Amino acid sequence: MIAIKDASVIFNQGTVNENRALQDINLNVKEGDFITIIGSNGAGKSTLFNLIAGTITPTVGTIHLNGRNITREPEYKRAQYIGRIFQNPLLGTASNMSLADNMMITYRKGFKWLKRSLNNKMKEYFQSELVQLKMGLESRMKENLLMFSGGQRQALTLLMMVLSKPSLILLDEHTAALDPKNAGIVLELTNTFVKEYHLTSMMITHNMSHAIEYGNRLLMMDQGGIIFDVSGDAKQELTVEKLVQKFHELRHHGFENDRALLSE
Amino acid sequence: MIEGILVEGLIYGIMVLGVFITFRVLDFPDLTVDGSFPLGAALMVQCLLLGVNGWLALMVAFFGGVIAGIVTALIHNHLKVPNLLAGILTMTMLYSINIRILGNRANVPIIDQKTILSDISSRLSGTIPDEYILMLFFVIVALVVKLLIDLFFRTDLGMTIGAMGNNEQMIICQGINPKTLKTIGLGLSNGLVAVSGAFAAQYLGFADVGLGQGIIISGLASVMIGEFLIMKSNRIGVLTLCALAGSILFHAVMYVGRYYGYVIHMTPNDLNLIKGLLIIVLLIVTQSRKLNMATLKAMVRK
Repeated sequence: MIAIKDASVIFNQGTVNENRALQDINLNVKEGDFITIIGSNGAGKSTLFNLIAGTITPTVGTIHLNGRNITREPEYKRAQYIGRIFQNPLLGTASNMSLADNMMITYRKGFKWLKRSLNNKMKEYFQSELVQLKMGLESRMKENLLMFSGGQRQALTLLMMVLSKPSLILLDEHTAALDPKNAGIVLELTNTFVKEYHLTSMMITHNMSHAIEYGNRLLMMDQGGIIFDVSGDAKQELTVEKLVQKFHELRHHGFENDRALLSE
Repeated sequence: MIEGILVEGLIYGIMVLGVFITFRVLDFPDLTVDGSFPLGAALMVQCLLLGVNGWLALMVAFFGGVIAGIVTALIHNHLKVPNLLAGILTMTMLYSINIRILGNRANVPIIDQKTILSDISSRLSGTIPDEYILMLFFVIVALVVKLLIDLFFRTDLGMTIGAMGNNEQMIICQGINPKTLKTIGLGLSNGLVAVSGAFAAQYLGFADVGLGQGIIISGLASVMIGEFLIMKSNRIGVLTLCALAGSILFHAVMYVGRYYGYVIHMTPNDLNLIKGLLIIVLLIVTQSRKLNMATLKAMVRK
């Protein structure tokens, strides 16, 4: 599906501030994969997502989607088939618009014309979909999203992204800014949707047990490279202890400092 | 007096709606307005002098404004120039263009020319008292423009433009190029401003290159007065109504300043200072209001 070949991202190339954010990344994401990605801060996880989503272009290397070269395609064009959720729950929805308006905007991707699609039929459809979230949002269609909690907004973003049927979804620590209860709800929803709609997904997380529990493949990143790639049965057998040990073995430098960053 | 304030408030109200679109909906502080307002006036006057039909001349003015807005959007989008600077660039260039349009003159009168306004006045004179004709006409014009804007922002395209002003990343994630939306929004806004300028020229009886000086401040002050008046709302119909009401109130204040300012030894030259001070006072009041609300909420929670 997505194939990244020999991709490197170097910021400020040729200056004293040169920063190799990603180095020689080779990654093949297969249809139906649910990949979890772990790694400490600055490992390149978010840069990898930026690369796939098109926020940045690789300094060298190529990205192919279903055999088509999309290396130079701008972010907004790729967004037609790549869905992305950010850590900040405010980035997925517009605060000063009503729930119904937000859902109408996110319902169909691509440029919209001078047509008024938001009618009662559409509203009823949205309400029937909102029931899946089990948050009681279906009775709050006219309310401003400013009134909604971060967890509700993130769940909504997730639902709308799923309804637009993307080929690939990128979840950039999408539960990290939520309280534990809401984070649990959103994560459960994610898992349900991924299974129900057979979505190909990649999820960054700082939580090792989540990384093990969810998905069929796990990537560990460090210093701009993928240092560990495990899938299938091997992944099923992983435990937090084994993973921490693996991390310790493969890392380039001391890991004691990072213990706090990777919660178990 | 009331008719005068209403007519002025509504003519400039169309400009205020344009400013509202850029400043509030698009979140793009667009200074092109200072140039597109006299551009509309200049195009209108020159078309009338050439014998073009008044309504057609109005269309010409509208599209002139649209092009001015698109130029600003192009400068901002493709040269990565900050939005304020892009507007100033277009505005500065428009100054020369406006003088060109006016035939290398800074001021062109159309006192005995047939205009849309003189046409309406002569037709309706007798059925309605003369002093109310223009007032009624502009009430209708402003309401029609307001309703068209409301309709536009309730379409799918309008809603995405509204969402972009709030959250650009969301629009990118929806597979829409925000540059396109900005271009459309700026074009629409400056088109309205030019229409306002075209009406102003007919009302005043001349077009002047200096007509637009500081107009953005008047527009912004009007928008802020409108917001100050009525509670916050997310309904576009309410917001545009606020903008129009703000414009009328602003012109009422300016009217008082112009005709009764001599009491405190104020001259018409002081009006720009008054406009600026008005905005500052409004900013202070809004901020302290927000603060009060926050402390009130905190107290309720306790």
